[in-house]
Amino acid sequence: MADDSILELQKLKVETITGRVLVDDVDVTLKRGEILGLIGESGAGKSTIGLASMAYARAGMRITGGRITLDGTELRASTASARRHMRGKSIAYIAQSAAASFNPSMTLMDQVCEAPVTHGVMSRADAEVYAKQLFRKLQLPNPDTIGERYPHQVSGGQLQRVMAAMAMSCRPDVIVLDEPTTALDVTTQIEVLSLLRDLIREFGTAGLYITHDLAVVAQIAHRIMVLRHGKMIEMGETKQILEQPKTEYARALVNERREAEHLALGIPDKVVQPILRVANVTAGYGPTAIVKNVSFDLAKGETLAVVGESGSGKSTVARIITGLLPRWEGEIDLSGKSLPAALASRAPDTLRRLQMVHQMPDVALNPRQTLEQIIGRPVSFFFNALTKDVRTRVHELLALVGLPEDFATRRPGQLSGGQKQRVCIARALAANPEVIICDEPTSALDPLVAEGVLKLLKRLQDELGIAYIFITHDLGTVRRIAHRTAVMLKGEIIAQGPTAEIFSPPFHPYTEKLITSVPEMHTTWLDEILAGRSSVLGSGGPAIPDSVLQARAAARRVVADPTKKDSVEWLAAMQVLSDGQKPEQAGSFNDLETELQNVKGLTEI
Amino acid sequence: MTIFGQKAPATALVGLLIILLNVLVAVAGPMVAPYGETQVVGGGWDPSSATTWFGTDQIGRDMLTRLIYGARMTIGIAFVTTILSFFIGITLGLVAAVLGKWVDVVISRLVDVVLSIPLLIWALMILNVLGQSLTSLVLTIAFLDSTRVFRLSRALGINLVALDFVEVARMRGEGLWWIIGREVLPNAAAPLMSEFGLRFCFNFLFIAALSFLGLGVPLPYADWGGMVKDNVGGISFGLPAALYPAAAIAILTVGINLVVDWFLSIDARPSGAQAEM
Repeated sequence: MADDSILELQKLKVETITGRVLVDDVDVTLKRGEILGLIGESGAGKSTIGLASMAYARAGMRITGGRITLDGTELRASTASARRHMRGKSIAYIAQSAAASFNPSMTLMDQVCEAPVTHGVMSRADAEVYAKQLFRKLQLPNPDTIGERYPHQVSGGQLQRVMAAMAMSCRPDVIVLDEPTTALDVTTQIEVLSLLRDLIREFGTAGLYITHDLAVVAQIAHRIMVLRHGKMIEMGETKQILEQPKTEYARALVNERREAEHLALGIPDKVVQPILRVANVTAGYGPTAIVKNVSFDLAKGETLAVVGESGSGKSTVARIITGLLPRWEGEIDLSGKSLPAALASRAPDTLRRLQMVHQMPDVALNPRQTLEQIIGRPVSFFFNALTKDVRTRVHELLALVGLPEDFATRRPGQLSGGQKQRVCIARALAANPEVIICDEPTSALDPLVAEGVLKLLKRLQDELGIAYIFITHDLGTVRRIAHRTAVMLKGEIIAQGPTAEIFSPPFHPYTEKLITSVPEMHTTWLDEILAGRSSVLGSGGPAIPDSVLQARAAARRVVADPTKKDSVEWLAAMQVLSDGQKPEQAGSFNDLETELQNVKGLTEI
Repeated sequence: MTIFGQKAPATALVGLLIILLNVLVAVAGPMVAPYGETQVVGGGWDPSSATTWFGTDQIGRDMLTRLIYGARMTIGIAFVTTILSFFIGITLGLVAAVLGKWVDVVISRLVDVVLSIPLLIWALMILNVLGQSLTSLVLTIAFLDSTRVFRLSRALGINLVALDFVEVARMRGEGLWWIIGREVLPNAAAPLMSEFGLRFCFNFLFIAALSFLGLGVPLPYADWGGMVKDNVGGISFGLPAALYPAAAIAILTVGINLVVDWFLSIDARPSGAQAEM
């Protein structure tokens, strides 16, 4: 079987130039046509291993030990120019952020053809023909002309597909996929994932698939390697890892994902007077309204989840409520009293009762202040407390969010991501708020750490009776924490109600699309979803879930109804139906959107 | 060797040594100078001898003594000027960044107006109006230099103001000075520190240039730029008198730049091709 292996890493060791070990004693063997999933939290060394398999280390790191054998050649022993020649030709890399990985001043075709021409694999003309074939295979709109565009003229999902074409342009033996779908919306993620999978299968390429999402890797990998702190924890067949993980850590990872698939909270009793009432609020930046006519109520001790894809206006809602973005129209009441639109005209006591937890704990804490200063400031600011009392309160709050007291003298730089987010929560709590707006507080965290933060939020709600507005794109989180849910699409709330109702049939058509887009933890999920979506058009194929059919029928009825044209429902229905469109039609739709973006870009300049 | 917990390269040590020596001479000036500042000890442009190591200047004052007193005057003025310029520039820059909107527009456009005319022309104009004195010299240069500091601190401030922790402070209802002093300024301190070194150099050269033009430090105080101007006539006779103060200016400038380079390199991380294996 040894002849079969295309890439072999033996006792790989990577260190930073200051001597910290990042990857220690990792062995990877990849057979031709096999896909290995590398999974672990951030800092586990996944990307480092991915890059090391090309004998490359990021700035500040060094490969200090082990052998890297690609197709019989030991890379660490070969010359730098030999390594350069092999990269892109026999081993290719797809990066996480497509937008940051393209040269903005070169056309897509120039960039895709660069590798085959440089490596002398084919002439420019041949490379272009081949690139167009790849574009067609990846279902990019207008495969013959899309190459003439610049990176900013195509959408994120399309750019990720162009990057896949770029990686495939030399027909490499091995392809390293570094979280290729993480930066995409759930609904786009499915498309890219299935296309990547088909492409890899068709070419018989071997692949290293790096991700932190078990459910994603389950769809594509034959085997999975679980990593932690640069060491291998467990390796096995995908099915075995998902169903019978042997180690404690792998089990925790799997369980965390499984829990997200079940509903945790019941419907709250709705007799309580709402503490925050948002009625018909509209606001935006410049002349365009981002959020249109949004209304919802929030009761004491309740969690309302606001979900939607990126760009749906979720975070803007938070900015309007906090007053950072003054509303244009509508009314916001906090405990029965109207909130002034602008932040500057709100009384300190109003500001105190409404707190916020941000998405990125790294930038939400002043790196030059100690935790005592960070958490203590709201205490002394709102309550005029004495220095001694502030200190006691800070220690109390640290204990409340599960951090040791001696952290008070530390600075944010000395904390991990999860600890930082706990400090943000402690700072919000320091003001004794009634409502906390959480803007994706867990999306920048690793799954297990995020789970801890969610549990903390839940516990604080039970103990202190705080109401949360929980903004997120992760439906797993919603299921676990939200009593009620509002679904946003293009700045409007298209559905809201108790979470249990939102998540059970009959679905609102758009919600259904969102829900089915979240990867599930079994290996056949992707096939089932794709079958469900495509067979709406054609006949035959595997059976489609009833709920999907119902949603589509409902959507079609809405679109057919002329009185509802341009209404919210119509918009949502069009979104749902656009899934089932034939590729060419979808292409022209995409084209239109891109064109629109370009025009917008021009007017901005 | 490490200084302030950072590894200092040899060039930085040389720079630090030069600065330290200059500061020592400036502080201890009257004690180490062999003669009085305006004392005439020989004929015009006497060559160097055992009593006058660097010879004498155009009217027979000891060159070494003038250099020592000049260090005190030139470095002192440059230091005071730079501090004042940073105070004005940082305050205005951060106010513009934090308040934004029309405040930013008004201050920025006014600064643009100042920047649109060359500094030297401005200085000549203002000094002609205010008259030649140490105070007007310091105020003029500080005012003109603060426009440069303004642009840097505003740019730094705008990046920081967009961060969430400043937003949190705003949502808490914190005042302008808290946001500037506690949230923004401490995070902009590192780049501003290295800029301080550079601007000190520029101001120092600017004073020298003004003195050379006859609008700098008033007579009879010694300052390096003025000394170059006074002695430059000797060059045509092959006399080196003007070169000593010129060399003093050059050496201190190089020394400061060596240290600033080191400051700037502390934050820089390895990147690009050098990272390969």
